[in-house]
Amino acid sequence: MSKHKLTQLKALEAESIHIIREVVAEFRNPVMLYSVGKDSSVLVHLARKAFYPAPLPFSLLHVDTGFKFQEMYEFRDNFCEEIGADLIVRRNEDAIAKGMNPKEFGVARCCGALKTGALLEALEEGGYDAAFGGARRDEEKSRAKERVFSMRDEFGQWDPKNQRPELWNIYNGRIHDGESVRVFPISNWTEMDIWSYIREENIPIVPLYFAKERPMIERGNMLIPYYEENKDQYLEGEEPKMIMSRFRTLGCSPCTGAVRSDATNMDEIVIEAAASRRSERETRIIDHGSNSMEDKKKEGYF
Amino acid sequence: MTKANFDIVKEIELLRLVTVGSVDDGKSTLIGRLLIDTKGAFEDQLMAVRKKKGTTTISSAAEIDLAMLTDGLSAEREQGITIDVAYRYFATPKRKFIMADCPGHEQYTRNMVTGSSTANAAIILIDARHGVLAQTKRHTHILGLLGIPHLIVAVNKMDLVDYDQATFEKIREEMDEYCAKQGIKDLICTPMSALTGDMVTIRGNHMDWYEGNTLLETLESLSVLDDLDEKPFRMPVQLVNRPQTADLPDYRGFMGTIASGTVKVGDAISVVPSGLSSTVKEIVTFDGNLEEAFAPQSITLTLNDNIDISRGDMLVHTGEETTGEKSLTANVCWIGDEPLEKRKKYVIKHTTRQVKALVDNVDFKRDIHSLEKQDADALAMNEIGQITFKLQQPLNCDSYQDNRATGSFIIIDAFTNNTVGAGMIV
Repeated sequence: MSKHKLTQLKALEAESIHIIREVVAEFRNPVMLYSVGKDSSVLVHLARKAFYPAPLPFSLLHVDTGFKFQEMYEFRDNFCEEIGADLIVRRNEDAIAKGMNPKEFGVARCCGALKTGALLEALEEGGYDAAFGGARRDEEKSRAKERVFSMRDEFGQWDPKNQRPELWNIYNGRIHDGESVRVFPISNWTEMDIWSYIREENIPIVPLYFAKERPMIERGNMLIPYYEENKDQYLEGEEPKMIMSRFRTLGCSPCTGAVRSDATNMDEIVIEAAASRRSERETRIIDHGSNSMEDKKKEGYF
Repeated sequence: MTKANFDIVKEIELLRLVTVGSVDDGKSTLIGRLLIDTKGAFEDQLMAVRKKKGTTTISSAAEIDLAMLTDGLSAEREQGITIDVAYRYFATPKRKFIMADCPGHEQYTRNMVTGSSTANAAIILIDARHGVLAQTKRHTHILGLLGIPHLIVAVNKMDLVDYDQATFEKIREEMDEYCAKQGIKDLICTPMSALTGDMVTIRGNHMDWYEGNTLLETLESLSVLDDLDEKPFRMPVQLVNRPQTADLPDYRGFMGTIASGTVKVGDAISVVPSGLSSTVKEIVTFDGNLEEAFAPQSITLTLNDNIDISRGDMLVHTGEETTGEKSLTANVCWIGDEPLEKRKKYVIKHTTRQVKALVDNVDFKRDIHSLEKQDADALAMNEIGQITFKLQQPLNCDSYQDNRATGSFIIIDAFTNNTVGAGMIV
């Protein structure tokens, strides 16, 4: 009978570190996508653990839409400096110059240009053959179907009908020129695992995840954060109100809703996550519509 | 949850589970029921797939379109079949479950192998009206080869056979006999109705003749402890860590995941295949150095002597070396579109090492009904057989039965780069 046992969080941690190291061993030029959110924070923390005491052997790539929360930009710059990470920021300057925004052009087109477009361009420009992402299988039903090593063709696209079998913890990193992989080391983590791990490991996260009184627009059952500079993105008659709230997930500020909450510290967040009966992505406008995530992934979205 | 519960939650165990079955055996219904009853599906996700628009609460599996909940790809919903493995997560106060939900369609057997290779337990669904099918046997045989520690046969749709005990017993006998033939010992058969919920998470009152646990009770009580740490120490080297910073100019750490066994500071270590040896200086982790580490931790070792070690080498305890062989005999599940044929060349990835391999002989292929050996020169997709490979370089390995991590490998087609086979060393 076994004397040693890993708790489930430590087992997930060991699995993720194994995956991150395999990628660095087998690929020529990997990069880690860094979206500044809580999953990214965990992913970077795991990568630091994987290579300690050496620094991260790859850059962090932030695909910036220009619509992120101010607090995210501040957090990103401080955090990357603190851990000595090499941060690359890429934006679709063309589309931004043309005034791309979700209200006028629609969420799908806006995401297509500012996120997928910028991402594919950045990956091609950097010549990356592997890109780590912080997607989890419990987030969305097409993600539940994705492999840890997710093959992309030379257009950065995913073919859900033709995924490589994945056996044991032996990952096949062989690709042809032009192809690449997206790698998801925290595939098997749930939202609850992420919060518990952040709490256990004291991982820094953007303050937007903690509840406080914030100016919000109430739209149906959604709470949309109000920013003076995004004024044009709100509908007629919508006025901000101070509401005790926090974010369960962070994306672009015009498209990410908050939830009413009194959770001001990590203990309270974990307790709230354990009790929640609604999925975190409920507050992400991009996920709604029949196959939206799957379609975006086929286009090359991470 | 209260503050006092944090430690309990932290200690919770993980059970990796796979569900397999044939088409229309009620797998989606079972998964939907498990997710709803354990609150593993969120309300907004359930509301999005409710059958009757306008209802504001969902209390039973019958009220939702379960295939819409579990079939995440548009091509699956179009055709009404499950194509690829989906991973589901649910938890009870006792345990967290990662469930690989595998397609039943024969052409997607390879995805079933994908979902099963890391499982601690498997649920094999059988429709009580149809009994044991060819696909049931194929799946059971693969699960047996993969060495899944616990097999649970869930005889579903008992409501459609009037909860008849004799029907259940007949299926149980047939499965017992089939499993005994290939040496599978840990088999639990449970009658149930995923639709009504009888014997899934509640006992119900239709099958008092059955004295065993409900499915969920079984899942919560299966042993997840393995004897991985009791086996010889094996650590395939993934990477050599050489920071070459001002603080650490000469640091050389060997990074890897412990495949089996334990390692302590001071232990005598040998490298296979080179045979060089040293002793453990430090067990390094981000959270501080350890005195002892065990499988499946991901760690870094430094040694007291500066010896040549690189990716693909394996660290073992001196005196417990594996022997490196230039030929390899293994049970192979073939999952490639093109058949495996005698004299063809492939790449084998075993732990962190890749070698070229030639199919020296197809020793036999296995008839999945009778489990008898048949003469063959090739394995077509979804066929299973014993293959002998000739290797360009020796591989240091154990038998799969002794060690799942160092006894397994994948077969890669060097032209397409696809993974075409799963190998388990005899």
